[in-house]
Amino acid sequence: MRTSIAAALFRHLILATGAVLMVLPFVLMVSISLKTEGEIYHPQFSLLPTSPDGIENYVAAFAMQPLWRYLLNGVLVCVGIFLAQALFALPCAYALAKLRWPGRNLTMAFVLLGLLIPPQVPAVPVYIMLWKFGLLDSYAALILPSAISVFGIFLMRQFFRTVPDDLISAARMDGLSEVAIVWRIMLPTAIPGLIAFGILSVVGHWNDFFWPLIAIQTPELATPALGVMFFVTAEAGTNFGRLMAAATVVNAPLVIAFLIAQRWFIDGLTMSSMK
Amino acid sequence: MAELATARHRSSASSASRRLIGRWVAETATAWSLAGPAVALMWLLLLGPAAAVVLLSFTDWSFGQPTMSWIGLGNFREMVADQLFRTSFLNTLVYVAFTMPLSVLLGLGAALLIESGTSGRGFYRTVFFLPVTATLLPMAFVFQFAYFHPTVGIINQTLSAFGLPTRDWLRDPDTALLALGVIGIWQSVGLNMVLFLAGLKGIPKDLYDAAALDGADGAWERFRRVTWPMLGPATLFVLTVTAIKSFQVFDTVIALTQGGPGNATNVLLFQMYQEGFSFLRSAYASALTCVFLLFVLVLTLLQVVLVDRKTHYG
Amino acid sequence: MAEISIANISKSFAGTIILEGVSLDVANGEFLTLVGPSGCGKSTLLRIIAGLEHQDSGTIAIAGSSVDMKAPKARDLSMVFQSYALYPYMTVEENISLPLTMRRMGTLQRLPLLGGLLPGAGAIRREIAVEARQVAESLGIAHLLSRRPGQLSGGQRQRVALARAMVRQPQAFLMDEPLSNLDAKMRVKARAEISEMHRRLQATFIYVTHDQIEAMTMSDRVAVMMHGRLLQVDPPQRIYDEPKTLEVARFIGTPEINVLPGTVRHDGAIEVFDKIWPVVVDAGRHAPVSVAVRPEVWEVAQQPGEGSLLTGTVRHIELLGSETLLHVSFAGSAASVVARVEPTVATRYRLGSPIHLAVDPARILVFTENGKRAATLTRSVPSQVRNLHG
Ligand SMILES: Nc1ncnc2c1ncn2[C@@H]1O[C@H](COP(=O)(O)OP(=O)(O)O)[C@@H](O)[C@H]1O
Ligand SMILES: [Mg+2]
Repeated sequence: MRTSIAAALFRHLILATGAVLMVLPFVLMVSISLKTEGEIYHPQFSLLPTSPDGIENYVAAFAMQPLWRYLLNGVLVCVGIFLAQALFALPCAYALAKLRWPGRNLTMAFVLLGLLIPPQVPAVPVYIMLWKFGLLDSYAALILPSAISVFGIFLMRQFFRTVPDDLISAARMDGLSEVAIVWRIMLPTAIPGLIAFGILSVVGHWNDFFWPLIAIQTPELATPALGVMFFVTAEAGTNFGRLMAAATVVNAPLVIAFLIAQRWFIDGLTMSSMK
Repeated sequence: MAELATARHRSSASSASRRLIGRWVAETATAWSLAGPAVALMWLLLLGPAAAVVLLSFTDWSFGQPTMSWIGLGNFREMVADQLFRTSFLNTLVYVAFTMPLSVLLGLGAALLIESGTSGRGFYRTVFFLPVTATLLPMAFVFQFAYFHPTVGIINQTLSAFGLPTRDWLRDPDTALLALGVIGIWQSVGLNMVLFLAGLKGIPKDLYDAAALDGADGAWERFRRVTWPMLGPATLFVLTVTAIKSFQVFDTVIALTQGGPGNATNVLLFQMYQEGFSFLRSAYASALTCVFLLFVLVLTLLQVVLVDRKTHYG
Repeated sequence: MAEISIANISKSFAGTIILEGVSLDVANGEFLTLVGPSGCGKSTLLRIIAGLEHQDSGTIAIAGSSVDMKAPKARDLSMVFQSYALYPYMTVEENISLPLTMRRMGTLQRLPLLGGLLPGAGAIRREIAVEARQVAESLGIAHLLSRRPGQLSGGQRQRVALARAMVRQPQAFLMDEPLSNLDAKMRVKARAEISEMHRRLQATFIYVTHDQIEAMTMSDRVAVMMHGRLLQVDPPQRIYDEPKTLEVARFIGTPEINVLPGTVRHDGAIEVFDKIWPVVVDAGRHAPVSVAVRPEVWEVAQQPGEGSLLTGTVRHIELLGSETLLHVSFAGSAASVVARVEPTVATRYRLGSPIHLAVDPARILVFTENGKRAATLTRSVPSQVRNLHG
């Protein structure tokens, strides 16, 4: 009995230490964001700010850089990308899962091949292509290259394969066209998968830095991650209080969403491992 | 009656088959109209560009140049001689070798500890997973200031409190890459933990009972006889995923070190980015991309082959 | 309401022939049952009629005109599936009204929210709701309209599937084993209900089942299918009494028909277990034949009588309440037969009792070696019946 209590204590001790290490960066980020310059560099560290003046950091952060704009861009780009991905992936996934047509196996093979290619690989040619069409440094440059997700196709196909064939036959008898079958019959059955995929997609593109860095020059078009970088460059002297305020603002939406819908997030973000 | 029906329709047999072909054509067209847009985009944005990267790597083209010529393996020859490439490639390998084992081991440890008890499971899982959702770029600055800052950073404050020598972690060529690695580990442990938790859930409880009957009832024995062998495929998978992720280290480099000091944190993707988008040497950048792609493909294939082996003979 | 004519339909999957020249005319308002062992191609044929599958050759015509070119929705047929195929995330009402919504409302009108604003959409929706409710009421499921399929019992789901098929008053109903997911009690009830539905609607039904009891109890005509071919299409009683092949004879009827090995003598008489039976056939002399007798045709006796054809021993007795099955075996032969007798008759027998079997010669079925029915003539009884060695 005694050993088991000791073991339980040991378990909690180690896990709690780990937990502290995991959340500490967030805590410090918020803590610093609420401190004045003087407090930040004070030799005596304290977690809580001693004066309320630190809130100035947030005011300044929003005043100096178009932080709202970055967030808005983030929402626009993430929603745009996800809608495009769903719009293209769902019909294709249905055709791959449930229809017999010449070219299906080959298409499936290419989807699987596409799964192997990391997102940085097409960067150079896609950049050249966008340049040719004069689309660099625009929302299109942020959304278009991610408009298709082979993983989305693959995942939705896996979901659709579990839909009974009879259900589709019944829908055809009831007068639904193939397009209507995709949206009225298949989509509702794959909602859980689509939500998980949506989280994967949104988190990935909200946090993406590589591609926006390449495609965007104008600060007004920056996504949140790139926006923070503009923030740093603009503030050559680097005021860490304000930077942390900006960092907090950029991180807040996803972290809060995660805390609200943990199960969905964990399922979604570990989804790429199920392939 | 059946004979009647046959006779009635025999005359129209050939027109019937023509009609069937008509429906086949219509259905094929429907299928392609559903799949076609995605297939076209997949080629335009993924497969085509990936192929173009390979082709470009055999040319001397620079972005914006009117001409381009075929130079065969020229870029790869240059790469072999390129001191910077050797450095960045080595740095990348060191980074992977540092972060992958630690991140996987910590993820495994966290998963085992969480599963070993009943209290606090959900809480710990949430907390460990939190960094996975974080935006890495701003978090890099948190680490830069709160941890690695030469004077007010936690690390140096702690060291000096114990009277130990301090360093400027991010500006010291010996430690800069490892400092970035720490951030990488922090972000990836949670994902590995969740993957291991899923693996642990998949182990039938009977196996532990069977092992206990066979005399393996200590915690270590249980782990060695049951848990570890059963986790084999999951572990292999986590290792591959983590290695591929580590190989893509980029954000923290741009944010904190710009490849410095003295190329100590110049990694493959960073070099590719600079060549391709700062120096506009598209062909050379493509060749670097090829190396990157090759590495990822080899890792994936290795995993597939090993998992196959394991499941066949394990 | 329409007649359906199926002409020379063939179909193979990946080189395996599933249907081979199937031809069949179903009359307007007829209840035709397609029966056969599972895997014989019944569902495939039904799906070809529905347009869900393509035939390799042959033609389907509905109400006199070919529908080969038509997509399923243009054929105006309803289908009830074995799995019911209800849309899981729609309510019962939505399930039932979907076919009407798809037919009567335009693409724009069907849109959620926006569609409601378009002129006429509301009126059509109300009309559809009324019709859906009427159908639901006729099947006794009106109180379930707002539930989802997941909250229903098997029997209720089956009715929802029927309601969805009925609501748009199609040219004909296709049903693919709609009762096979119900328990035995529900099935008896549902059989009666579907028959009743057929009488009320007077529509053409093509009903697929592997259960010969369903085929016998519900149909105007039964089409027996095996290995992708139609073996016989006839009214149920005729299929039972006059099967054209041994396979049909064996498939229809429980317990299975008794089959004994026989030979044709030089004079055309049949000889079974060294006894001459009171029938002559028009088949090859000295050829082996199968002699088949339904279990209820046997006349049993404790003492050998004038007409006794077989003498055996009771090996097993099955009490079914309304009747009793006596399993009889014969010395020196692996063959055994089952006799269906009145329980009062059965009480005379114990395990091991000797038993003598006689038959009304008119009801003896003889099949040639290739399984085809051989025409029989009855010889006058009893003078012709005698023991060969007696
Ligand atoms: N889409 C298909 N592809 C390949 N084989 C099929 C397909 N559909 C049915 N079959 C085969 O055709 C045969 C007949 O099937 P089916 O018509 O469903 O039989 P039944 O309904 O009489 O049980 C079965 O052997 C089945 O395996
Ligand atoms: Mg079937």
